[in-house]
Amino acid sequence: MKRLVAMCLSLLLVTGCVGCGGSPKSDSGEDAKSEGVMTYEEYEKAEIDTEVVIEAYVQAKQAWYEGQVTVYAQDQDGAYFLYNMACSEEDYEKLKTGTKIRVMGYKAEWSGEVEITDATFEILEGNYVAEAKDVTSLLASEELIQSQNQFVAFKGMTVEAAGEDGSAYLYGWDGSGQEGDDLYFNVSLDGETYTFTVESNLCDSTSDVYAAVKALHVGDVIDMEGFLYWYEGVNPHITSVKAAE
Amino acid sequence: MKDKKNVALRVLLLLTGCLCLLTGCHGQEGLRAFAVPKQFDQSRDYEITFWAKNDTNKVQTAVYEQAIADFETLYPNIHVNLRLYTDYGKIYNDVITNIATRTTPNVCITYPDHIATYLTGVNTVVPLEELMEDEWYGLHGSEVLFDGPAMEEVVPQYLDECAFEGHYYAMPYMRSTEVCYVNRTYVEKLGYTLPDILTWDFVWEVSEAAMRQDQEGNYLVNGQKILIPFLYKSTDNMMIQMLKQKDAGYSNEEGELLLFQDTTKELLYDIASHVPRGAFSTFKISGYPANFLNAGQCIFAVDSTAGATWMGTDAPLLDISEDKVVEFETEVRMVPQYDPRHPKMISQGPSICIFNKEDSQEVLASWLFAQYLLSDKVQTAYAKTEGYIPVTQKAQDSEEYQEYLSRCGEDTEQYYQVKIEAAKLLMEHVEDTFVTPVFNGSASLRDAAGQLIENTVKSVRRGEKIEDKYMEELYQEVQALYRLDQIKGENRLGIREKKELGELPMTAKGLLGALAGAWIGILGYMGWRRWKRR
Repeated sequence: MKRLVAMCLSLLLVTGCVGCGGSPKSDSGEDAKSEGVMTYEEYEKAEIDTEVVIEAYVQAKQAWYEGQVTVYAQDQDGAYFLYNMACSEEDYEKLKTGTKIRVMGYKAEWSGEVEITDATFEILEGNYVAEAKDVTSLLASEELIQSQNQFVAFKGMTVEAAGEDGSAYLYGWDGSGQEGDDLYFNVSLDGETYTFTVESNLCDSTSDVYAAVKALHVGDVIDMEGFLYWYEGVNPHITSVKAAE
Repeated sequence: MKDKKNVALRVLLLLTGCLCLLTGCHGQEGLRAFAVPKQFDQSRDYEITFWAKNDTNKVQTAVYEQAIADFETLYPNIHVNLRLYTDYGKIYNDVITNIATRTTPNVCITYPDHIATYLTGVNTVVPLEELMEDEWYGLHGSEVLFDGPAMEEVVPQYLDECAFEGHYYAMPYMRSTEVCYVNRTYVEKLGYTLPDILTWDFVWEVSEAAMRQDQEGNYLVNGQKILIPFLYKSTDNMMIQMLKQKDAGYSNEEGELLLFQDTTKELLYDIASHVPRGAFSTFKISGYPANFLNAGQCIFAVDSTAGATWMGTDAPLLDISEDKVVEFETEVRMVPQYDPRHPKMISQGPSICIFNKEDSQEVLASWLFAQYLLSDKVQTAYAKTEGYIPVTQKAQDSEEYQEYLSRCGEDTEQYYQVKIEAAKLLMEHVEDTFVTPVFNGSASLRDAAGQLIENTVKSVRRGEKIEDKYMEELYQEVQALYRLDQIKGENRLGIREKKELGELPMTAKGLLGALAGAWIGILGYMGWRRWKRR
């Protein structure tokens, strides 16, 4: 009888441990995927234009537009860019940072950005917020693309002139835009200059990062966080900017 | 007793009146129709908003800003606020939203297709013919403070493109068309001679021939692992032009939707047959044609003449890193044709409309600014930014514009060869251009035309079988997506003719029932009074 009680208690303890944290991690430290759902590795290996089913956690969402939303999602192993996913306004409100979703769509590639298109989703139980991965040292390397779409950090980069007039940022890629449009700014490291973007559908003109970029000066040394978006090369969507620590 | 009867009658009449008012609330309550004021009141200040579209091109932004500055110098009492867009669709959506709140801009760059939808509001858009012809403030009017064009100096074809329902609801601002930017070097490397006029057969054949690879998977023609020989930017234009060239139905002046027919299916089957090996793709699926063309990963890139500055080895605007750009000879050709002896290509480009306001003086101020955009200075400056052509003969013939054309290829900035050749091609083929009929729903039909191609191409890439059943389902899906099934049977103003509307909602039934009851009561009461008098 004592053995039976002990076994029951052990079982309860194990169940309790798994349940209490709401953590997506299984004992092995990997995401527990539902049946029929791809691991990140399987997703990575899937051919372009094939149907994919993934489970991941919302890290950020762009503005809702005509029944669609673009989402930056991530799991323990990698990230997913969910482009123009079908979404009602009601469901859009339910998508918070960390919300777990199951997504069914097609793997696609657009100008170098690997994404899931024509997707639908359902909300699941679970929560995970990714820590920004420091990819500063990978910026010039071919390894960087392996972190595509992930929430990343860049540290100690120097602001360079974005426009011919020496301004630190531009509205639109060439300055053809105006307040409310995407902000483009250049930052350098080890002699290489990169163009980063504040995507206005992700962080609009009322956001802190939009104001922070507008306050930049050429020569400022800054730390940044954002999503490792790709457009004909690395083109991160920056979500936070602050003076380098 | 008499008082009671009177009270009953009054209540009945009041009820009827209230019902009429309630019924009226359901209808569209709009602005009064605009009437041209006899005189422009220069003693007042005006603030007008101008929603403009640019092609993500800072030179165009500068042209707009300069135009506003110059106009404000001429009319210091009119202040113009510029709001910039890079997408016609976004302007359209924002205008629709702002019609409801009566916060439309004063002057707006737009497509005629979009205006047809704006017109579903009452007196929302100002018909321009009276303004154009006004002796004082009309085109080249005596009181206009700048040298604008006379009505006959606006290219008649372009002006006609802005006329529907018997009115000019817009003025043309710039005109462009689609062209095919060709990597001549690769065409010849593949053993072909580039014809003056491309045919669809030629483009498909060369594109398929380009798909040969070596054992490592590199394409023989470019030595790279990426190649999409034929890339199309706007698949709506692709389908519309293909149908026009085949003299097949798309829509007509009565607003009938003719897109979903057999020729369309044949075209989709043909397009689908070139997708499996990767010979064809679209902007929405793969990316900007210019980026692939410049990287030596595309041979035929179809895009607007307004995108010419992005095309070619020496393109002044570039979205890929310079180390990826490949050396090749760029040629500009008309879009592929089915009958090269009778080429047909779309006429497109921004037009200007004016939104109505309570204050007719404000509308007149808007009109003066809109008219200023047709002056030579603005027309030539904007036309030079891309492969646009001015919409007035006056600007086209101007010394400045002619000199610009004559200096084609002198540099890779202002006189960039590809840009000027694209503009020249359009000027030489104005009579070969066409527009599609404008009606409420024509914007959705255009979207649907492109969607048919996008869906077909995606389906082939995803391994779906393209057969009759697929086509039937595709037609249904696309019609539902753009709610085209709901605009069938509407005439050009969106007024329903013979469409089966289905059962009335309960509230409407109740309202009509009450109205009928009220009238029965009135007539009954009058009948009873007459009978009593006898």
